[in-house]
Amino acid sequence: MLEIKNISIRLGGFELKDITLAASQGDYLTVLGLSGAGKTVLLEILAGLAKPDSGQILLNGKDITHESIQKRPIGLVYQDMALFPHMRVEQNIGYALKSQSLSREQKRQKIKELSTQTHCDHLLDRFPGTLSGGEAQRVALARTLAANPQVLLLDEPLASLDIQLRQELRQLLKTINQSGKTIIHVTHDPMEAATLSKKIAIIEKGELLQWGDPHEVFRNPVSEFVARFSGIKNIFLCQFSPHKQSNGLALGTTAQGMPVFVSQSPDRETAHLMIPGEDIILSPQQLNTSAINQYHGIIREIYSLPGGIEVVVEAEGEKIVVSITRRSLENLSLKPGDPIWLSFKATAVKIL
Amino acid sequence: MLNHWRTRLVLIFFSGLIILFIAAPILGMLIQTTPAQYSATFADAEVGRSIRLTLGSSMVATLLFGILSIPLAYLLARKDFALKGLINGIIDVPVVIPHSAAGIALLGILSRNTLPGQAAESMGFSFIGGTAGIVVAMAFVSLPFAINAARDGFASVPRKLEKAALNLGASPFRVFFTISLPLAKRSVLSGLVMMWARGLSEFGAVIIIAYHPMVTPVLIWERFASFGLSFAQPVAAVYILICLAVFVVMRLLAKSNDHARN
Repeated sequence: MLEIKNISIRLGGFELKDITLAASQGDYLTVLGLSGAGKTVLLEILAGLAKPDSGQILLNGKDITHESIQKRPIGLVYQDMALFPHMRVEQNIGYALKSQSLSREQKRQKIKELSTQTHCDHLLDRFPGTLSGGEAQRVALARTLAANPQVLLLDEPLASLDIQLRQELRQLLKTINQSGKTIIHVTHDPMEAATLSKKIAIIEKGELLQWGDPHEVFRNPVSEFVARFSGIKNIFLCQFSPHKQSNGLALGTTAQGMPVFVSQSPDRETAHLMIPGEDIILSPQQLNTSAINQYHGIIREIYSLPGGIEVVVEAEGEKIVVSITRRSLENLSLKPGDPIWLSFKATAVKIL
Repeated sequence: MLNHWRTRLVLIFFSGLIILFIAAPILGMLIQTTPAQYSATFADAEVGRSIRLTLGSSMVATLLFGILSIPLAYLLARKDFALKGLINGIIDVPVVIPHSAAGIALLGILSRNTLPGQAAESMGFSFIGGTAGIVVAMAFVSLPFAINAARDGFASVPRKLEKAALNLGASPFRVFFTISLPLAKRSVLSGLVMMWARGLSEFGAVIIIAYHPMVTPVLIWERFASFGLSFAQPVAAVYILICLAVFVVMRLLAKSNDHARN
């Protein structure tokens, strides 16, 4: 198990502050953040390439904070792969094997095994300068795996690849992870994080905002940044009256004046509200249901996405995104310009 | 289109002038020297001895001091420390001071009544009037070329590659010899070749430390001063031809090495 406890570092004007995370054996932890959030610095600290000002790193209970780079069983794959340009692919993969007491034949076998696992066995005689992005990424993975690390650190491994190569590499990473290797993967892409991770951590400007199960993080973001960064729509800054409504609900008003009932009163006068698109019901007529928030609007846009349909409805001056299935779209015969009713419960609204 | 041609003509004219300025005196000297003079100079034992001494001394200076300076070049490229700017400045001093002044400065620390001079005497040789002195004088004035080129070469190696190698379990020593040095090799070698070439042409510092044995630049000057231009010119022409031949071979070797990798 890898435990990161209160790690901090100051590098010029940038500061990584009090980062605490943990990954169990075989975990796939994705660290999600914008460029400059401190993701790569965190990886370099874990790999021993940067020394933290304070905090501890424990691997299987052993403090490795001040362990030398060479003795840490942690392998790092850089975003730009950092393949050695003057060595053939075979020499690149075999670089880590020189430090291990293996015979020439064992080394050859190991290179063959790793290159087959990462689908780059046909590239062994090539120099890195002649490889495509996807090929170089697979070679970099094989080279790092040759050091047999317990934890594999990946810095934006899919960033420079096209969609098909991404899919292939994603599958390869899953296979490596399923073989018991702990992976810590940094990315700025929430979709990448969602499709690969068992755990997710979100950092912004050197601070860890939230971490845990991806479903939990995406479903219950702790801040507006996490919500927006996670790709969640329907976030509104609302003004709340200090007095509760007679029905026990709090009433907020969006910037455009849309009233929203929420089940829990926020502890401040203004707060961000999030309305999950999948919790909103669309209907041609007003419904007599328990959903207290009901609005009449006009359908402005309809998007087809890999996971379903997104319908953008303009109501009370706000644009609200509703997630529905393709079947519902066909059943209701929805099209842009149609009038429509939206409804959702007060309990569906989350205060950030 | 007209402007384009005018610009091109102006560029060609001025570039041609500069190339002519460099090449004309050398070509003139090579052409003016008759085949008979070439033949006599090649057969002249004193010239042969002098050229061998010059090529050899500069080579020893380069191998000894140039290679020893590689760790310093790496340090200057990779580490930040107090007085780094001052050290970079000190390295360039031999280039900016007059070389006769450099010779006088060296004489001050290598003469027989100094500690290095006495140490050399006790080991059976002398810097003053000896090959060791020539080697030191050549190294002193030409070392900045090797250090600066190697430092720039090391600085151009991405740190990430060195970090990746460390992360793969390599010791800093192995990282230096398998990553940093091979990737900076071109600059390091080019600096060493420049150092060697600079050593070959050294006159001012060498003549003050060791008039004898005579290196070729001193021999050319001595023949010019004693017998005139017609005696100095063939020696200079032969020396230039030999230096050019060695350079061409070195360039070809470096190129074939690059092709092998790519």
